[in-house]
Amino acid sequence: MLTELTPPFDGTKILQDKKKLLRILKERENEAIKLKIAVLGGSTTSDIVKILELFLRQRGIAPEFYESEYAQYYNDAVFGNDELSAFGPELIFIHTTTRNIESFPEILESREEVNTKLDSEYSRFEQMWTALSERFGCPIIQNNFELPYYRLMGNREAGCSYGKIDFITRLNCKFYDYSETHKNFYINDINYVSASYGLERWSQPRYWHLYKYAMNLDAIPDFAFNLSKIICSIMGRNKKLLALDLDNTLWGGVIGDDGQSGIEIGSETSEGQTFSAVQEYFKEHKKLGVLLTVCSKNDRENALLGLEHPDGILKPEDFACIKANWNEKWLNLEETESELNLLPESIVFVDDNPAEREIVRAQLPEAAVVDFDSPEECVKALDRLGFFEVTTLSKDDAQRNEMYRANAERASLEKKYSNYGEFLLSLEMKAQIRDFDEIHIPRITQLTNKSNQFNLTTKRYTQSEMEACAKDPAYIRLCGRLCDKFGDNGIVSVVIGRKNNEKLHIDLWLMSCRVLKRDMELAMLDELVRQAKQAGITEIVGYYYPTKKNSMVKDLYEKFGFDKISDDNGSTVWRLRTADYEYKNKVISVNEE
Amino acid sequence: MNREEITVKLTDVFRSVFDDEKIELSDSTTADDIEAWDSLEHISLIAAVEKAFKMRFTMREVSGMKNVGEMIDILVQRAK
Repeated sequence: MLTELTPPFDGTKILQDKKKLLRILKERENEAIKLKIAVLGGSTTSDIVKILELFLRQRGIAPEFYESEYAQYYNDAVFGNDELSAFGPELIFIHTTTRNIESFPEILESREEVNTKLDSEYSRFEQMWTALSERFGCPIIQNNFELPYYRLMGNREAGCSYGKIDFITRLNCKFYDYSETHKNFYINDINYVSASYGLERWSQPRYWHLYKYAMNLDAIPDFAFNLSKIICSIMGRNKKLLALDLDNTLWGGVIGDDGQSGIEIGSETSEGQTFSAVQEYFKEHKKLGVLLTVCSKNDRENALLGLEHPDGILKPEDFACIKANWNEKWLNLEETESELNLLPESIVFVDDNPAEREIVRAQLPEAAVVDFDSPEECVKALDRLGFFEVTTLSKDDAQRNEMYRANAERASLEKKYSNYGEFLLSLEMKAQIRDFDEIHIPRITQLTNKSNQFNLTTKRYTQSEMEACAKDPAYIRLCGRLCDKFGDNGIVSVVIGRKNNEKLHIDLWLMSCRVLKRDMELAMLDELVRQAKQAGITEIVGYYYPTKKNSMVKDLYEKFGFDKISDDNGSTVWRLRTADYEYKNKVISVNEE
Repeated sequence: MNREEITVKLTDVFRSVFDDEKIELSDSTTADDIEAWDSLEHISLIAAVEKAFKMRFTMREVSGMKNVGEMIDILVQRAK
């Protein structure tokens, strides 16, 4: 991460250096996801787009933009235009602000009249969203409204139906209702960002009158950064794991010196309260599916002693893995990665010690490191980075830590068996391998967009593309859920095959690394071949496209018994005749209740 | 700051905004002389000059400046 692009921002400096920053980011870039973004603006968007690009590239997304002509957002959305259609947006951002509200209530206007205005203002927006989703079916991000920079009636602007603040608040609530009931629609909370930036500084009428910018130029980075978090989350770029230090990060003091009764945690002292608040914040991340791990220089017994403090909120069982030893922290982080089958870019490292942070930064540049000066600043520092921005949330997310813990139990069971096949049988695995159904599309999309390692084509899908695929009879789709005696892993594998006469082309084959070496891929293949034969397919064609991250599946089709038919710089194509196929899975019972 | 010092400092601002170390300014330099200087980049330029010189142009000044010389005139006047 570039220091300049890490909050808090020097907004004007970023604007000034944006060309240089873009150059640096492009030089460093490898394998960025391409994304076509249409920006439909109700005010000037030029610098917003340029700064947004910096934040997206920093997280591995290479955007291409369409910008509507000045303030043409409504016409572009409702009536369309050829340039926009030719561009083919994969994501649409509607940049409207309080400057675009056409008709505010008049003083002393009756509540009925105000309601009519509210409905007509709102319906203009809903009309746009409907038209855009019908035409493009891609995610839409819509600003809510920021509060105005003056209050004619003072405090009465709130809590009185003809007050502007009252009107904006009700209009925002109508947006939220739409957002809650429509998939693929996301609110960019400009109301929060402007408050957090400071409304007084945010609203500089001079930038409106000079350049038709709806906010202070200096605020553009804060605004664009907030927007970039939503896009990163939609594109599966969220982080997955919080690696936490213990002494002076989760509690005050040093457990090895001060002992369990000597550390500060709990409601007795203000320092203890501070650390309780920090622990509470981390614990809440479990509900979002973020994995918690410990990375601490301590004897393991002492680390556990600290985590078992009666007033502590985080307990040893809250962690997917506990690394407490005297090795270098970055080595422990690398071990954590490989044990949990994650990539270094999934990690967020939290440690009160700036020296440890610098070493991790230097040794593991892909990992994110949070800077903060004192424990009470820790929550804010982490929170504003937006690494765990939620755009979809499934039940599997809340279970994720438990799933990883169950993996640890499996690993200890594995040690008891000398024969790996016997170990697999002892797990009593059951899989459900089915076509996509509507309720699981969010999870299928999420898994598809964040799987990097066990992923043959690394093809990404938006939720609406996935929905379209789910309805298309030209595809054979499989999603696989794996359970065993230790628990339910949820949906862990996705395969999409495209029928073309008697051939089936595998557009997508991926699996969560949580279930490596369980023969789940064989169960998926068996089911794919079975369904392919039923559909009259004689030949299955598999593709492997190499990336920096997916070398583990380079030989997958070979192991499956496919024949290689071409190799173009490592991109390989493989063929399997369904007639010759022998079913392979012997350890998982599939689709039996 | 005298006129020469202001010109040196202003040149640095121009170089950073347009990401071009070769830019040299004279009083008669206008947007036509610097390729990347369009009306949208003008906005970032004004903001960067204001920050560097810790001053604010009036709205009339922003829309009235014809060339770099006039910008320096304003900066000299404010520096007094």
